[in-house]
Amino acid sequence: MLVLVLDTATPAITAAVAEITPTDVRIQAERVTVDGKKHGELLAPQIDAALAEAGVKPRELTAIVAGVGPGPFTGLRVGLMTAAAIADALGIPTYAVCSLDGLGATTSGTALVATDARRREVYWAAYAEGQRVDGPHVAKPADVGQTVADHAVGEGARKYADQLGLAVGAEAPDYPSAEWLARLAASRVRENAPSERLTPLYLRRPDAVEPGAPKKVS
Amino acid sequence: MKSEPLVLGIETSCDETGVGIVRGHTLLGEALASSVDEHARFGGVVPEVASRAHLEAMIPTMQRALDQAGVTLADVDAIAVTAGPGLAGALLVGVAAAKGYALAAEKPIYGVNHLAAHVAVDTLEHGPLPEPAVALLVSGGHSSLLLVNDLARGVTPLGATIDDAAGEAFDKVARLLGLPFPGGPWIDKAARDGDGEAIAFPRGLTAPKDLATHRYDFSFSGLKTAVARWVETREKAREPVPVADVAASFQEAVCDVLTTKAIDACRANGIETLVIGGGVAANSRLRALAEHRAAKHGIAVRVPRPKLCTDNGAMVAALGSHLVASGVAPSRLDLPADSAMPLTLVVA
Ligand SMILES: [Zn+2]
Repeated sequence: MLVLVLDTATPAITAAVAEITPTDVRIQAERVTVDGKKHGELLAPQIDAALAEAGVKPRELTAIVAGVGPGPFTGLRVGLMTAAAIADALGIPTYAVCSLDGLGATTSGTALVATDARRREVYWAAYAEGQRVDGPHVAKPADVGQTVADHAVGEGARKYADQLGLAVGAEAPDYPSAEWLARLAASRVRENAPSERLTPLYLRRPDAVEPGAPKKVS
Repeated sequence: MKSEPLVLGIETSCDETGVGIVRGHTLLGEALASSVDEHARFGGVVPEVASRAHLEAMIPTMQRALDQAGVTLADVDAIAVTAGPGLAGALLVGVAAAKGYALAAEKPIYGVNHLAAHVAVDTLEHGPLPEPAVALLVSGGHSSLLLVNDLARGVTPLGATIDDAAGEAFDKVARLLGLPFPGGPWIDKAARDGDGEAIAFPRGLTAPKDLATHRYDFSFSGLKTAVARWVETREKAREPVPVADVAASFQEAVCDVLTTKAIDACRANGIETLVIGGGVAANSRLRALAEHRAAKHGIAVRVPRPKLCTDNGAMVAALGSHLVASGVAPSRLDLPADSAMPLTLVVA
């Protein structure tokens, strides 16, 4: 079974074609560009390139696996809108994976996954032997401390290592791994589970201020 | 001979998620989802709220449009999408959707200019546009006068607002008068019972010295302030505010300037067709005044029905269809959403 894997919850714009066999998950082609401002431009060409390299036509895809964040809104939406449109056009299911799990699943021991939430905050979740046990949340790095973790991974962990007070682990990549996102959805793909709505994990409300009461006139 | 192009259009530049399907100059199907109610309590469109709503509305809106048109994605010749101008985050959702559909269905994609699409939509109602033409586009986001020599290749901006958009002025004055958002329809309604000549509100950029440098430009900020001051003076004096007269006089000032400059642009360029588009084109006084003044100079006014004047997917499909028929090359898959897309660019 051939699946398209997308993640745009971090500055890494990730598109991959994965083959899911009854026993394994193999990445056939992958394109990753790290550019926090180019999701809208680069994601579609990268999908096109990954499909071409894998020698796969869009209509040969069985499902789409997408990282649903948390992540900066604009880039995240590009990924989820693209995924939903491709799936709608092809009539195939979509499966959602928490983007932080694409990092956390590779960790051992107790680990904190942190990505950059901008505004001097991090998106974070805690893992025990690769299983998420807390999160996802958004918080100031200094406020994450209560979490029991012996090390941290992810771009946010590196950027805010001082404030998090945790050693940065080397076992996980800085950004969600397409292979792990595919692995986390593999059983759903194999079982042809019902399609899941790709709802972004925003974790923040829109910034909008209601103005004062309108002027009363008779 | 090949039949006329079947084009699907996607629009998300502001708070309307629109999908339209057009064959040639015929509208086959159209669906619209609006987040306007979610913005009402903020008194204006909140970009992040609009972007979130587009993402939620896109797939169901697409399905409704396809169902109504009785076609499938496989049938369409191209997918057109608004690439700009508009709210950056909102545009990105539409462009991402268009890329996804185009990529999956293996169709060419056209990232088009929203303002040119406002002009093109008239072809769905009145057939091919006589060129050259002058277009007056007025909405909450834009107030522009354009010279349309060849809609497939580029449009020449003649003038634009130097401060507020016309529709924005309607919203602000409505708020001042305690009328709901969006203000346009409410001002129009209130004005019907009022006297447009009751209060002499200022006409921005119409004095001779302004005309020398801003012949085709607009300014509505001074008008808005004048209305606010006038209302405030009444309130301070504890006198009732005649809402109908204020609405009518404000509306008259806006429509007077818009039509005067539009007709001037037609006459100065020897043009006999004036197209009016954008949400404010739904204003009854603007339509009546434009027709009255144009008739004196033998100028034909083309205004599509109100539903096509406001932002929608059909306008994008209409422009896309015109581009395909004109042999214009499609955009690349890395086409950006450009919140400030210039009018000289019809296709990104
Ligand atoms: Zn518009």
